[in-house]
Amino acid sequence: MHELAVVQSLLQLTLDHAAQHRARRVLALDLVIGQLSSIVDDCVQFYWDILARDTIAAEAQLRFHRIPARFQCRDCGATFDLDESRLTCPHCQSIYFDLIQGDEFRLESIDIEENDSTPETNRTSQPNATPSTSDPD
Amino acid sequence: MTTKTVAVVENILKANDHLAEANRDLLDRTATAAINFMASPGAGKTSLIVRTIAALKDRYRIAGIDGDIATTIDADRMAEAGVHAVQINTGGACHLDAVMLQNALTQIDLDHTDLLIIENVGNLICPASFQLGVHLNILIASVPEGDDKPYKYPTMYRGVQAVILNKIDLLPYFDFDMAYFRRGVEALNPGLAFFPLSAKTGEGLDDWIAWLEGSIQRILA
Repeated sequence: MHELAVVQSLLQLTLDHAAQHRARRVLALDLVIGQLSSIVDDCVQFYWDILARDTIAAEAQLRFHRIPARFQCRDCGATFDLDESRLTCPHCQSIYFDLIQGDEFRLESIDIEENDSTPETNRTSQPNATPSTSDPD
Repeated sequence: MTTKTVAVVENILKANDHLAEANRDLLDRTATAAINFMASPGAGKTSLIVRTIAALKDRYRIAGIDGDIATTIDADRMAEAGVHAVQINTGGACHLDAVMLQNALTQIDLDHTDLLIIENVGNLICPASFQLGVHLNILIASVPEGDDKPYKYPTMYRGVQAVILNKIDLLPYFDFDMAYFRRGVEALNPGLAFFPLSAKTGEGLDDWIAWLEGSIQRILA
């Protein structure tokens, strides 16, 4: 049920970065989510459709990249995937190991449609937009 | 019209994490040790908190914050134990977050508080995702929940500084495999402090209180 709070935060992060890059629309989000980060894709999409309505990210596609949990054994050094029913190293049966991946919870990148800087199409200038490095028309 | 990919690479809950840092700064500035108790509903959070307050209130100035979806039952119990308690009703949300704590902190005289006890919403999933900015996160498990919880809720068991196993007075009546439970806790958190106790009978309470006092001293030093 905490997806609502997650999506509020995700939307703000997306809009902040879109504004910095003078985006006209946000087309897609690439999300990197570890297996141990409890979040339900469908639920995120559901809240996104409601919260992002009326923003430049309303049509954005959410792409989830799931990272399996992997551990490294402290005793024998082997790396292995999480087997929740065992929680022991499959090679030496040690119970001491460290998580090396699987708790990711980040927005990796966004695909945006840039705001063309021609005067007639530049309807929505962003007050906090960064200066464009390209030549003005 | 041009499209491009913009790198972001930021934690999705960055805003919450920033507020958590601000909470932590405030707590540090006012020399207030803050402890967040998390557990499933019915594990005995409030009972253990009341016991803990009784054991420490002569030595520390204590305040409490209680998070629940509704009612002031738990904050009332803290207040009965003799501390100033603030109730946060989350209005349906399944966890406390850094904003809720920030608001609650304004209702507490931090300059005259040594120990702040926070009782999170009863839930083994959501509270683990939202940093509050506290010094210690403590998980309270209980015997009737079963010995498999560390395996089923690994995220919750990974992010804590101690695990308490409450209701050990009920061990004779449940098929609770202590070795299996401990192995699950250890695997996720090698060397984690572990306190089997009964908030009802008081068994095992002394070890927990001694550890907590040592931790508070280190935080306030």
